Amino acid sequence: MARHDLSEGQEIDGFRIGARLHQGGMAALWEATHPAHDLPLLVKVPRLAEGDDPAAIVSFEMEQMILPRLSGPHVPRFLGAGGFDRQPYLAMERIPGPTLLPLVEELPLRIERIAEIGARVADALDALHRQHVVHLDIKPSNILTRPTGEAVLVDFGLSHHRQLPDLMQEEFRLPYGTAPYMAPEQVMRVRSDPRSDLFALGAMLYFLTTGARPHGDPQRLAGLKRRLWRDPIPPRRLRADCPDWLQEIILRCLEVLPERRHPTAAQLAFDLRHPDRVALTARARKARQDGFVRVMQRRFGRQPRFARPGADSPESGAAAPLVVVAVDLAAEAALLGAMRATLGQILATLPGARLACVYVLQQLISPVGTHDEEERNPHLQRLIELKHWAAPLRLPEGRATFHVLEAASPAAAILDHARLNGVDHIVIGARAQSLRRRVLGSVCAAVASEVPCSVTVVRTRQREQEP
Amino acid sequence: MRIAILSDIHANREAFEACLGDAERRGAQRLVLLGDIVGYGADPGWAVARAKELAEAGALIVKGNHDAAAVSIEGGMTSAAGAAIAWTRAVLDADAKRFLDLLPIELEDDDRLYVHANAEHPTLWRYIRDAEDARRSLEAVRARVVLCGHTHMPMLYTLTATAKLVSHRPVTEVPVPLIRPRRWLVVIGAVGQPRDGEPAAAYAMLDTQSSELATIRVPYDIAAAAGKIRAAGLPEMLATRLFRGR
Repeated sequence: MARHDLSEGQEIDGFRIGARLHQGGMAALWEATHPAHDLPLLVKVPRLAEGDDPAAIVSFEMEQMILPRLSGPHVPRFLGAGGFDRQPYLAMERIPGPTLLPLVEELPLRIERIAEIGARVADALDALHRQHVVHLDIKPSNILTRPTGEAVLVDFGLSHHRQLPDLMQEEFRLPYGTAPYMAPEQVMRVRSDPRSDLFALGAMLYFLTTGARPHGDPQRLAGLKRRLWRDPIPPRRLRADCPDWLQEIILRCLEVLPERRHPTAAQLAFDLRHPDRVALTARARKARQDGFVRVMQRRFGRQPRFARPGADSPESGAAAPLVVVAVDLAAEAALLGAMRATLGQILATLPGARLACVYVLQQLISPVGTHDEEERNPHLQRLIELKHWAAPLRLPEGRATFHVLEAASPAAAILDHARLNGVDHIVIGARAQSLRRRVLGSVCAAVASEVPCSVTVVRTRQREQEP
Repeated sequence: MRIAILSDIHANREAFEACLGDAERRGAQRLVLLGDIVGYGADPGWAVARAKELAEAGALIVKGNHDAAAVSIEGGMTSAAGAAIAWTRAVLDADAKRFLDLLPIELEDDDRLYVHANAEHPTLWRYIRDAEDARRSLEAVRARVVLCGHTHMPMLYTLTATAKLVSHRPVTEVPVPLIRPRRWLVVIGAVGQPRDGEPAAAYAMLDTQSSELATIRVPYDIAAAAGKIRAAGLPEMLATRLFRGR
């Protein structure tokens, strides 16, 4: 095997190596330039000195397989790679600016800031999970931010690609990961559950909120396993102004069993962006850690069983989509009924799906005066009507949220909502021909043509009108 | 170069034609057949004639246990397979038998070894069913990538830098990088009689430039192939299993 050290000024495959930026335990990072790429570059070289952990090689090979298969704003752009048969390296876009690690110096952060950071990281995780990758090492030092605001995830050396061989699967003397952020199932060597990343994000949010780690920083397996039976101190006990919705979200992320966490990162992002819509449970009210007896029962009782989701299992997110129904409360009863029936069928086939019922309260271009006599608060009234419309679906608490958006253009409001929340499917009704529709174009057509997801258009069957 | 690798054709004309057509549409520049051209299916004469044409046009072909059995008098097969082989012997002409008889047991090309079953004792026709079987084959040869068939179930194995053996069930149409200098053993699924629960014909496409291998599934006229098996009076289970892919 060749030498794997680099030096400044060296050239590999057209990449001219600049200064060394970082020397870590597994790899070194170098600045680089390339005549074909007009952007700041980074070259990563695995650390392979005598006595180093040989898992560094496997980890580098994993990243070499995964990074070229990822795309989008939430990962660094892949630009080139060399294998161990020559000079091993990975060249990628260099994201300017610091990781989230320096935030640690600013603790405690404002609650809104924590939710905002969490939502952006959850967006990035959602994008990653949709590309079949579980990161498995989410922590502040692996998260960067683009100037445009998107969180960027780096370092896929411990990651798992659900459609590729997992070279790390046999690589366990100790489970690989970062102790404070490692999910319980990861401690137990399950590497294929995307919800492990939600646990890590929950641990990070806990840290940003309280300044403490939910399960400390254990260095041995016995200490790591403690998180399987010992629940963390509720965040509010460490920070009195932690709102109940944030405690609910954090403790849900930190649930021992993945199936009790949010089904997808998209749903977690949604909750972080809509604090008033978070379904509060006992987690939100929890004032102290569980008592001695319960903890001992967990410790010496039956161990939790963790499933190993496969490449095509529902945990991949496809079975837990965000479905939006755009309800025009003024539409005819037949259409409203047909929409409810269609929605019922969709939700019946997707038990993990979450529903957002949206109504757009159209604001006039020049509002004259305030609300009229009958409707003191049209916003609240529409919310009640929306819930009334959905009531026959008998959705359990927490499965649906209700939103009255105020906007001049209903189509634009629905599109914004869908884009911001990573919506998977929109159900919308098409009204019968009307003069207004002919003049203005239909909301439904505008949404269907522009929204970046599936759209189901519901229409009541009508007889063709005679000429 | 894009190499289409087909294995376990088993005299299934419909599946063979569908896979060859698909490989051509995908721009395959070379063809490799990993043996078992005959056995089980009802079109052995046609399958051998087609394989011969392909060989004359540059295809690499190795011998499978059914190809060997079709030209010998030895038994040693399960009852349905044995019945099919006896029938195959009766219908193949001398020319076809000579072609099968002269097929090599293994072929090496660049850093790849083509063989029908395991690589350490190819003529014992042992299955590669788990990581340990794969390890024995990889340790017995020098080729970086071993490609075989025989089990009718697509599978990938690789030796990591720490000498651990990793197994992976390939996902259809997802190219897997056979990263260098790692060593890989690839079990190609069956064209003519899939057994992994998916009835569509299986083959693989290897891109030697990127060293990526994709498993491909091709739907074919199963009813026609099964109908011929029944018409030939071959055991009924050889027809029904095509529909189930088991």
